[in-house]
Amino acid sequence: MRTVVLPETGTFAAWRDEARALLGAGVPPEDVLWQRGEAEADLFAEALPQVFGGEVRVPKGFVDLARWVVWHRDPERFARLYAALWALRGNRHLLEDRGDARVARLDRMAKEVRRDRHKMTAFLRFRDVGEVGAARRRFAAWFEPSHFILEPASDFFVKRFGDMDWSIFTPDLSAHFEDGRLRLAPGEARPDLPEDAAEDLWRTYFRNIFNPARLKVKAMQAEMPRKYWKNMPEAALIPELVAGAQALAVEMAAAAPTLAPARAARIGARLREGREVPDAESLSACRRCPLWGGATQAVPGEGPQDARLMVVGEQPGDREDLEGRPFVGPAGQLFDAVAARAGLDRRQAWVTNAVKHFKFAPRGKRRIHQAPNRGEIRHCRWWLDLEREQVKPELILAMGATAVESLTGDRAGLMARRGGVERTEDGVPVLITVHPSYLLRLPASERVAAEALFEADLRRAVEMLGAGD
Amino acid sequence: MMNIMGKMSLDRKLAILSDAAKYDASCASSGGQRRDSKDGTGIGSVTGSGICHAYAPDGRCISLLKILMTNFCIYDCAYCVNRVSSNVERARFSPEEVVELTLEFYRRNYIEGLFLSSGIIRSPDETMGDMVRIARLLRHEHGFRGYVHLKTIPDAAPELIEEAGLLADRLSINVEMPTDAAVQSYAPEKSPGQIRKAMADVRLKREAGKERSHTGRRAARFAPAGQSTQMIVGADGADDSTILRSATRLYSGYKLSRVYYSAFSPIPDASAALPLVKPPLMREHRLYQADWLLRFYGFDVEEIAGATRGGHLDLEVDPKLAWALGNRHLFPVAVNRAEREMLLRVPGLGAKTVKRVLETRRHREVRYDDLRRMGANLRQARPFITLPDWRPGALAEAVDLRARVVAPPEQLQLI
Repeated sequence: MRTVVLPETGTFAAWRDEARALLGAGVPPEDVLWQRGEAEADLFAEALPQVFGGEVRVPKGFVDLARWVVWHRDPERFARLYAALWALRGNRHLLEDRGDARVARLDRMAKEVRRDRHKMTAFLRFRDVGEVGAARRRFAAWFEPSHFILEPASDFFVKRFGDMDWSIFTPDLSAHFEDGRLRLAPGEARPDLPEDAAEDLWRTYFRNIFNPARLKVKAMQAEMPRKYWKNMPEAALIPELVAGAQALAVEMAAAAPTLAPARAARIGARLREGREVPDAESLSACRRCPLWGGATQAVPGEGPQDARLMVVGEQPGDREDLEGRPFVGPAGQLFDAVAARAGLDRRQAWVTNAVKHFKFAPRGKRRIHQAPNRGEIRHCRWWLDLEREQVKPELILAMGATAVESLTGDRAGLMARRGGVERTEDGVPVLITVHPSYLLRLPASERVAAEALFEADLRRAVEMLGAGD
Repeated sequence: MMNIMGKMSLDRKLAILSDAAKYDASCASSGGQRRDSKDGTGIGSVTGSGICHAYAPDGRCISLLKILMTNFCIYDCAYCVNRVSSNVERARFSPEEVVELTLEFYRRNYIEGLFLSSGIIRSPDETMGDMVRIARLLRHEHGFRGYVHLKTIPDAAPELIEEAGLLADRLSINVEMPTDAAVQSYAPEKSPGQIRKAMADVRLKREAGKERSHTGRRAARFAPAGQSTQMIVGADGADDSTILRSATRLYSGYKLSRVYYSAFSPIPDASAALPLVKPPLMREHRLYQADWLLRFYGFDVEEIAGATRGGHLDLEVDPKLAWALGNRHLFPVAVNRAEREMLLRVPGLGAKTVKRVLETRRHREVRYDDLRRMGANLRQARPFITLPDWRPGALAEAVDLRARVVAPPEQLQLI
């Protein structure tokens, strides 16, 4: 039987070195006795023979696990880790077996240590112990952890409280941070820390942030177990807050509503006075169909009021809905690029959509585009007609089935009709083409040809307007 | 009244302005850009996962110093303790007082940072301007690297929102009511359209902040921990399906990190327009569970709505179990063969357990005891699964299955 004594600090690295040597020498777990503390010189200890050559390789998951488990208070922790390491030689996938009792046990121990460390970063309370006028503020705290977690937790405090000096005392170990350097020292008895006036303010906060109408004592205790309370200044208030909660809640509910103070009427009147209904919002106020309900805003058309060409797409997309402008998303960008090649200047045209609100189906954190239905197209035509009345275009470019349906009353057979010119009910010529988002969905092999056709349609629009000069 | 205010102690102000802030459920400090003060030139760190530094007896996490800059307000929102027509005591912090409280609490490890909100005073721009000034003092004068969450005022100038987003980890705007109609009737000065536009704006700025410019430089991160919002549950007549659809729309449209559901609770000097009943805590709990299913378990909002009764979630069983009970033809599921998507739908199997099942079954069959060790709630899962050493048998067909799996009542303490 070999006895291995591990130091109280730097325990992980020491365990790893010892375990590596033992494994190399082929020492089985049952022949090792692990201890923590001061190493006594063992005169009879024999050097370990190297039986297996080369490095000891373990899955990364094991190192992560061991880094936590070594700080557990269970005296068997080192032995359990070494036994797992031993077993890993025969079964490389042991850690992936989440049903294995040994792995489950180590997992649970790691979890307990992680939780204890987390609770230390949460519930430790510093007190001001500095001198007035000192260059660096100085604080100190006493904490009683369940496991040996001060060393693995000290990194958190170093990173967080970089511009002040601090000491943390625990029964097992203490940590001192001075002028940016961390020093670990043996544990101490609870020190006598001076009163700190900030604790009164903190208790005031704790008392008032609590809502007595929703008492849930068990939920509080599950997350903040009683064992931590004695070192937390605010915890002393808990019994009285719990005891008084019911009465306070009943009192609030029973109190008759009071008369509003005089200033309320004055302020209200002033607010209402300054309010006007801007005309631009009328589109957003539209409730002709239910699409307004899911959208951010209605997206009106834009361009010169006397444009000769009107370009009509389907509806705003995700991007347009957020920005409040038409054709700014991926399809709009493709349109701009192809239009530029065809000699069509978008800024000279009135650009709009057949439907003014974005229709979509939410999927997790995305909004999936959905085609507007016949009713929605019909309702929104009222707005498109209004735009046509104001702009009075000579030619309308209808992109995609929705625009074609809105302008000609029929969406069937788009591919056969594309490139042709039809007329609206009141006789305005409508040049029919596809929607640029259709091009975006095509596989790369078909995209080039389709884009050329689209470009030809746009070129035709430019030519038609040129002929009218 | 104003001259009395001048003499009000810091302690009294803190009492009033934290009491005024407690009806906002959000206190999260997760997310955010990792940073620390190891170099000694400042104070604070953000680790990425939030820390709850204390819990109040209402079971809520205290992570941030959650206060109002002032509870004076010119708006008259019926559900709000700070509305202009309420007679609660009023107070106002100076920016320096907020900064001092934040730093002194932070140095003693009481908090992760500051969550600053405010009543609307004079104008939205002035209110937002003061809040931004506080954040600027903390960040630039005092080198504060802890967490900052600012409530944004929907009508404030875009430059102020822009600066707020660069200083803060998280921005939030509360929609408060699940439907536009309810916002209009309970909060007459607020505009639902305006709130949505403000959220759209934050999403666009966040996305712009993630892109690299043509020189390859990354723009300053805008609200790295995202934006969140809160809906009050039980003040108006909206049912749970309406609330969840509304939340889904907010998640998908504006990429919110969180939607908080806050059971409407009695407030001091309440308006006569609202019901003063005990807060529907169980309903709030079920909404959070449903929200989880939408975000992490691949459920569609209509599937959850389909498992409601008259639009409301079942209060006796959680929404996942309710869905399973309504779709018994899909069960039992063979744990060793089912797809991940289906395993996630088994009551009693959480996302972590499912991950462990998938990992383990690459090497061997999962058995009953394994599932227990992997953290499954077998009491719930049993009727819905098969394993090499477990068949639900008659249990899967039992007519009274619902009665058998319903947990005994009084899990949560209600007043």
